Amino acid sequence: MFDFLEGYDLWEAFWTTVQLTVLSAVGSLIWGTMLAAMRVGPVPLMRGFGTAYVNIVRNIPLTVIILFASLGLNQTLGISLGSDQVDTTNFRLAVLGLIVYTSAFVCEALRSGINTVPVGQAEAARAIGLNFTQVLTLIVLPQAFRSVVGPLANVLIALTKNTTVAAAIGVAEAALLMKEMIENEAQLIAISAVFAFGFVCLTLPTGLILGWVSKKVAVKR
Amino acid sequence: MKLRKVTAASAAVLALALTATACGSDDKDSDSADTGSGGSKKITIGIKFDQPGIGQKTPQGYEGFDVDVATYVAKQLGYSANQIQWKEAKSADRETMLQRGDVDFIAASYSINDERAAKVDFAGPYLLAHQDVLIRADDDSIKTPKDLNDKKLCSVTGSTSAQNVKDKLAPKAQLQEYPTYSACLTGVQSGQLDALTTDDSILAGYAAQANFKGKFKLGGFKMTNENYGIGVKKGSDLKAKIDTALEKMVADGAWEKAVTANFGPANYKNEPAPKIGNIVK
Repeated sequence: MFDFLEGYDLWEAFWTTVQLTVLSAVGSLIWGTMLAAMRVGPVPLMRGFGTAYVNIVRNIPLTVIILFASLGLNQTLGISLGSDQVDTTNFRLAVLGLIVYTSAFVCEALRSGINTVPVGQAEAARAIGLNFTQVLTLIVLPQAFRSVVGPLANVLIALTKNTTVAAAIGVAEAALLMKEMIENEAQLIAISAVFAFGFVCLTLPTGLILGWVSKKVAVKR
Repeated sequence: MKLRKVTAASAAVLALALTATACGSDDKDSDSADTGSGGSKKITIGIKFDQPGIGQKTPQGYEGFDVDVATYVAKQLGYSANQIQWKEAKSADRETMLQRGDVDFIAASYSINDERAAKVDFAGPYLLAHQDVLIRADDDSIKTPKDLNDKKLCSVTGSTSAQNVKDKLAPKAQLQEYPTYSACLTGVQSGQLDALTTDDSILAGYAAQANFKGKFKLGGFKMTNENYGIGVKKGSDLKAKIDTALEKMVADGAWEKAVTANFGPANYKNEPAPKIGNIVK
């Protein structure tokens, strides 16, 4: 029944998907946190930048961002992100595009977490002489992160599935292999089902584990 | 009460709009029945909408070699041009569309191979194409297929041509995959990529486009044989009729005319018309 799978390296394709997901997740967590810090910070210019970034980027379709990274940055401007191999360049461009896009959502999730921290916490921290960076990193963010594990898990699951867009610029991940297989084998439904199952295998445990973590670390108020 | 009035009003508007459109389509049907020879019967044909020279949807209608062949075949089957309904047949959907009966036949750069022949029947072939490369007109570094090995090639994601490059033709070449051929051309034009590879008939169509004229040339390597056939539902009696129509098309010169009209400007040397049922491996 599954003889159409023969001769294709599903593991390698899904491994690329996992790599895309993990690297983009780490990148967008860092950049998203910085954006959130800007949006709650005291400098108007940075607040403005954070707000503008989030509102612009999250309203652009991911396909457009990724295709722009490849056609605009790479093909037209000649930026290759330090590699002369087409494969590596595409992979890096895809990670870049995914980080740019996902960090907007991470930022908003985190900002909602910051809003759950009672104002008294920040006021008390300022009263004992901590500056803005210290208030944020020592007092507010640790509590904020603990309350947004659930929403961030959502973002991570969305990111996992969004990596399929990287097929548009030729990164050899799961969705690209799926297109290849459909072209060769003419078995649309069976092949789609296999790949859908693969993605469920990746995202279901993510959701379950992070759901458990989120209960475990939530700040009881 | 106010809300209810609004609802009633919008319902009335909706009903009016529906009847109005219904009238519109009725008119259209009776119109075509008057002009057409065989009453209001229609034939649905699957073609590509996005391949210049093969099958392309333009503001003026549909044009390309596949469109010309399909129109001729439909005429032989007893349908005039305005009784044809064109439907987009994307590569991945073609077998399903035939099996479900969404279309009567498909002429969409449809190469005959064993996997596909197991699911649908093929009439033809009506064109023998080869995988080839499209390179910048001023690029002299690619003369034989071997020169491709350290080059950057581009093709459409998941396509047979892309897989051929990876597996057989130039395993050492770097391959960029994009969703469309036009995206590939951006890179080839700017020099980030060296060649676009797919069937020469499709490449010829691109090179013949007004905005690319003189910028690209065909490599002229015959790397594979692609036998374009017309796909019909398995066991359909259309196969024999289409075969006859294709034979007639070649015999009365319409085939040659269609080839010159669609691929001519690109300096593309076509193969002679293939014999029906003769699949070149």
